[in-house]
Amino acid sequence: MAEVQQGGGGGGKKDGKVRAKKQSTKIDMTPMVDLAFLLLTFFILTTTFNKPKTMEVNMPDKVDNPDQQTRINERDILNLVLAEDNKIYWWVGLEPPVNETNYSANGVRRVVLEQLQANPKMMVLIKPKDKSRYENMVTILDEMDITDTKRYAIVEYSPDDEAIITGNIPVEEVVQEAP
Amino acid sequence: MAKAKVHRAQPSLDMTPMVDLAFLLVTFFMLTTTMAPQEPIAVDIPSSVSEIILPDKDRIIISVADDGRVFFDMDNKNHRAQMLRQMGEKYGISFTAEQQNTFAIMPAFGVPLATLPQFLDMEPEERNKVFQPGIPADSAHNELSDWVVFARMTNPRVRVAIKGDRDTNYEVVEDVVNTLIDRRVLRFNLITNLRSED
Repeated sequence: MAEVQQGGGGGGKKDGKVRAKKQSTKIDMTPMVDLAFLLLTFFILTTTFNKPKTMEVNMPDKVDNPDQQTRINERDILNLVLAEDNKIYWWVGLEPPVNETNYSANGVRRVVLEQLQANPKMMVLIKPKDKSRYENMVTILDEMDITDTKRYAIVEYSPDDEAIITGNIPVEEVVQEAP
Repeated sequence: MAKAKVHRAQPSLDMTPMVDLAFLLVTFFMLTTTMAPQEPIAVDIPSSVSEIILPDKDRIIISVADDGRVFFDMDNKNHRAQMLRQMGEKYGISFTAEQQNTFAIMPAFGVPLATLPQFLDMEPEERNKVFQPGIPADSAHNELSDWVVFARMTNPRVRVAIKGDRDTNYEVVEDVVNTLIDRRVLRFNLITNLRSED
């Protein structure tokens, strides 16, 4: 141990006089230090400094009356469908071509930035499919923050979107049967 | 000739400054540490670049496990007990004082209200081990909605945070979000880790 007891103070033996034995004023601090470091280690190891961070999300209120819903020109809409297996399908407006991309910096971020540059009025509609992962939605919301997109909304994935992706757009005109 | 005396250095070392430092650090860590509450489920939270720190108090945390089970947690013992009483009144279940106490200091829970009294009567160890089926949050039978309402009634300043697992299907999160929107909680937080920009 670091501390060595010094030869127990006075107590001379030469002249036979009884003298008060001088005790050493030093205390062995080792056990206390041991304890202090034990506690220190414990607290260092259990402390977590990174508090969880949060993203704030503002959702629009439900509008029951369809007349009150905001109408947007279809050409100003960028659709992003979050699909399973970390895929993203995107298209502008209501018609194909439907493109596929991913969550990397060269993927969806570039798409959003390019589309926003081409049309500053562009609104991004995020349509997560039921089978997509929660992480995908968080990543997309994060990308909206990174690309500084102000106009975006999370919308339900509808059968119409399904039709656009699969290319089975129902034909509205009645096809004349050949005689 | 004088004999060169070997000077015996004291092997004693003054440890006082070191001890001072050690205790200073101990004090610091003791005061800054907050013990992480025990969670019934492990949630692997996604990461984002957002740097807003989650408030320490007045918060509801709705956890969604990767298998879609929903858990509810709120801070403040008094508010929790009050919330439980109101919830019991609505569903016609009365809770004993002991059950209310247990509920007030319990971590996040994920059991339907019908089995909650039974769950509260368990020993703490048993409660940690038992399988919690999650709080019903779908449109057919939505207890989460009531929890949120009564939580907001007992503490109007409360903020809602969703702590979802990366691998949760969006379907479940959508149910939770729709529940919140139905209850006019339009501003809420998603708990994430800080991501280093790739």
